[in-house]
Amino acid sequence: MAEIVLRDVEKFFGENYVIRKLNLTIQNKEFVVLLGPSGCGKTTTLRAIAGLEEIDRGDILIDGKAVQNLPAGDRDIAFVFQLFALYPHLTAYENIAFPLRATGESRSQIDGQVRAVAKAIQIEHLLSRRPSQLSGGDMQRIAIGRALVRRPKAMLMDEPIGALDAKLREEMRTELKRLHLENDSTTVYVTHDQVEAMSLADRIAIMNEGVLQQVGSPTEVYRHPANLFVAQFIGSPVMNVTKASVQTSGAVASVVVGEGDGSFGFPSELPQKMAAASHGQGDFMLGIRPEGVLVSRQQAPGYVPVEAHIIEPLGAYDIVDLKVGRQFIRARTASGYVGKPGETVYARLDESQTHFFHPATGESLNISFGGA
Amino acid sequence: MATAVMNRLDPRSRAAARGWSDLTIRNVFIIPTIVFLIVFNIFPLIYSLGYSFTDFSAASNEPVQFVGLQNYRDLLTDENIWSNFVITAKYVIVSVAGQMLVGFGLALLLNRSFAFKGLVTTLLLLPMMMSAAVVGLFWRLLYSPSWGPINYIFGLGDFAWLSDPDTALYAVAITDIWMWAPFVMLLSLAGLSAVPKHLYEAAAIDRAGSWYTFTRITLPLVSPLLMIALIFRTMEAFKTFDIAYIMSTQPTTELISIRLYKQAFQQWDTGKSCALAYIVLIMVLAITNMYVKYLNRAKER
Amino acid sequence: MANVRLDKVTKQFGAHTAVRDLSLDIADGEFFVLLGPTGAGKTTILRLIAGLDKPTAGRIVLGGEDMSDWTVAQRDVALVFQYYSLYPRYTVRQNLEFPLKSKVHSYSRAEIDERIERASKILRISHLLERKTDRLSGGEMQRVAIGRAIVREPRVFLMDEPLSNLDAKLREALRAELKDLQMKLGGTFLFVTHDQIEAMSMGDKVGVLNDGQIAQVGTPQEIYNRPRDTFVATFVGSPAMNLVPGDLAGGKVTAIDGKLVVPVNGHAGSAQAGGVTLGFRSEDIRVGPDEATEAVVHDVENHGVEQIVTLRIGGHLVKATVPANVPVTVESKVRFGVDAAKVHCFDAKTGVNLTAG
Repeated sequence: MAEIVLRDVEKFFGENYVIRKLNLTIQNKEFVVLLGPSGCGKTTTLRAIAGLEEIDRGDILIDGKAVQNLPAGDRDIAFVFQLFALYPHLTAYENIAFPLRATGESRSQIDGQVRAVAKAIQIEHLLSRRPSQLSGGDMQRIAIGRALVRRPKAMLMDEPIGALDAKLREEMRTELKRLHLENDSTTVYVTHDQVEAMSLADRIAIMNEGVLQQVGSPTEVYRHPANLFVAQFIGSPVMNVTKASVQTSGAVASVVVGEGDGSFGFPSELPQKMAAASHGQGDFMLGIRPEGVLVSRQQAPGYVPVEAHIIEPLGAYDIVDLKVGRQFIRARTASGYVGKPGETVYARLDESQTHFFHPATGESLNISFGGA
Repeated sequence: MATAVMNRLDPRSRAAARGWSDLTIRNVFIIPTIVFLIVFNIFPLIYSLGYSFTDFSAASNEPVQFVGLQNYRDLLTDENIWSNFVITAKYVIVSVAGQMLVGFGLALLLNRSFAFKGLVTTLLLLPMMMSAAVVGLFWRLLYSPSWGPINYIFGLGDFAWLSDPDTALYAVAITDIWMWAPFVMLLSLAGLSAVPKHLYEAAAIDRAGSWYTFTRITLPLVSPLLMIALIFRTMEAFKTFDIAYIMSTQPTTELISIRLYKQAFQQWDTGKSCALAYIVLIMVLAITNMYVKYLNRAKER
Repeated sequence: MANVRLDKVTKQFGAHTAVRDLSLDIADGEFFVLLGPTGAGKTTILRLIAGLDKPTAGRIVLGGEDMSDWTVAQRDVALVFQYYSLYPRYTVRQNLEFPLKSKVHSYSRAEIDERIERASKILRISHLLERKTDRLSGGEMQRVAIGRAIVREPRVFLMDEPLSNLDAKLREALRAELKDLQMKLGGTFLFVTHDQIEAMSMGDKVGVLNDGQIAQVGTPQEIYNRPRDTFVATFVGSPAMNLVPGDLAGGKVTAIDGKLVVPVNGHAGSAQAGGVTLGFRSEDIRVGPDEATEAVVHDVENHGVEQIVTLRIGGHLVKATVPANVPVTVESKVRFGVDAAKVHCFDAKTGVNLTAG
């Protein structure tokens, strides 16, 4: 069990940054997910921790010991690859036994440990099969078994369930989470799938273009995204983002979206809060998740009329595209709430779920309204 | 049989757009090949099988007599023939083993990136592109007892490589190794580069040493291609004629193919030669069959 | 534009039957989604309609005409693949022109330009026309590939998982765009996917495919709310519908070793008493102190707007959707109940839904 510290880690590829000034501490027994789009540097970071990739600057510490110059085998970590990386010519048993045999442990000891791990991850019936005779899910279970059998200081996983189909991914997610609970191993997990990150992580570290964007618990990154990138990367359907400005008439404040495409009422403290965030009266980017867009079939105070466009029924709920002038804002409604495209309904933005971002930098203005 | 397969294709499928149907186009490509194979391969094969049961001699006009299995009986009890087979076996083992070792070794050296890798690879491949006759003549010069560079470099004085009955066969084998090791190298390189990089990474994470990685990962994964190289080289070595014939006249280098040549075209004992050719063919088939079985087993994994 | 009808189509590859005695009606102007797991035969059906493969038995009818013997070109269908399959060294414009310059159909220069302009406007790729295709992003490439299908104005659009190689955000955006496009063009779309969210959100009708056979055809709501069997029930919806073994007697199902008792209505109420499979969706579970059944929290997945809680009752796992603001901790005890109006009762052997009738 171990703590992993990344201190000012940098890696270049020619003139380009692959990782830029990365500082991250992974606590003992913690499950941290590195999340980001392809090419954001998350896999390189993971491979650097494993020792499969060299870094150009900074330190990687495992249990306080700098390991950046040690070969992978001496770091005492296990790695689970996306494409399983099982040895194709060996049986499942031999694959799991490989790391023990490689270090020359005794035959009886190896047998005991392999069988114990196989039992824990429920693959005892597969031990005599070769990888080519296994399904994707079972292959990854074997690969995880091979990682666990060594009792490494840390588990590193590179999109371990990314190659499986959707239903199986759902199942494997729960399995991985339970496995972590039972083994308490420090885990760093790389994925581009925000659902996976949200479901599995104690903390999520979101990366983009080699730069760490935000680190926080799933709830934190979902409710308080640090910038537009995080806001739109986390959550499905994607957060609505539109250019907007504040208008006040008397005691009433309202937010005008787009180029005067529509205006929604807001609490009157908004201008003060904007001023406090030293942003003044200028334009900003408004972000609101579909569940923050409240829809009513009847006219109600604070609600403005909008036209429903495409309706996506997702079973448990619907996603409705609302036409606000030339803008589209997606709302989450109860299943079948809005009858058909073209209908007029009424909408309001829930101020407690509204996010305000700087129009140029995309950083959050940290304006929030109390409430739910 | 072949036409039965073709008939099942719907001839109307894509024919309308073109003047020729798919069926016609396929036949235009296939029929000449089939005719060629029948005339030059299958027919002679069957014809020579017939001759192997007669006392036919291509050099005389005497009436041909059917002798049954007499030719085979004579050959299989002839001590000289057996010694030819022993020589051939020695040659095949030494030459093929040498090619496999040198070729795979070179492949391991080349399987990394370094400056001028392409050029070096090309240079190493040159020997196998030369004519065997030229190679034989050159190596005869290299081995020359009085002024050959080999004796000069190794300080062996006037050691007669090719006329010493004990070393002649090995000298020829060395030449064959020089010429064909690049072929093994080429196939090994293909095999080595096909081993996924992430397996080596997994092994590094699993704390496997380099020898352990080589024997447990590299070798088993390259072995199917090595086996193909082995099949090809064994078959070729078994029927070696040119190099040995050009380089040495010693009886200790009389390979079975040389024996066959002498019997057929110096003694004009055509019927018996056909029988000997069939014996050789059966042996080659048997050896190849063994290898292929092993290869299929490896492929199943 | 035309309707498509498959009439008892079977396709065998050697001993393997990919599609078995399958009949399907796709109405003119309909957005039809074929949904199924890998290997269910989705792509085979698409290829049969396109004419790239021939059915072993059965007829394929397009716009009222039997086209079983037609060539690919004669069928006049457009096919968009999972991999963009653009011609790499050409510009976007040249790629769009390509289907208009075939020998079968030749168009005048003016008409070609007009069609390209129209298509690129709809797909918002006008600014990319002179760019080489290898300089495009994944989303742009897939839009060009769709553009190449549109310019032909084919009778049917066939799409083979066109969104599966794109990242989540782009996939969501293109989902809406494709649906929008279909509404604008009014074309007949046959869209193949293994992603149930894509199927639900885009399809006018969804055909769920299992092992070469149609399990159910219906609107997304029908498929979700009245699944015909356990396969459809678990394949559509995320998380998958909970299924637990139970016993039916006197209009009630007793499940999970007697710990869960639910009254059932509809046909199931009058069905023969005996073993059944009880099904209920995660959002139809209530968690609260006054509920009837005790469970242990096995796992909690944070999904932002809500959390998916896996409950453990003895040896059974059940997933429940719980609002994000309800605190739940792993290995703690909770109580839950099931909305009786929303449960499904499946035949234990055949898996057929007894409730939906």
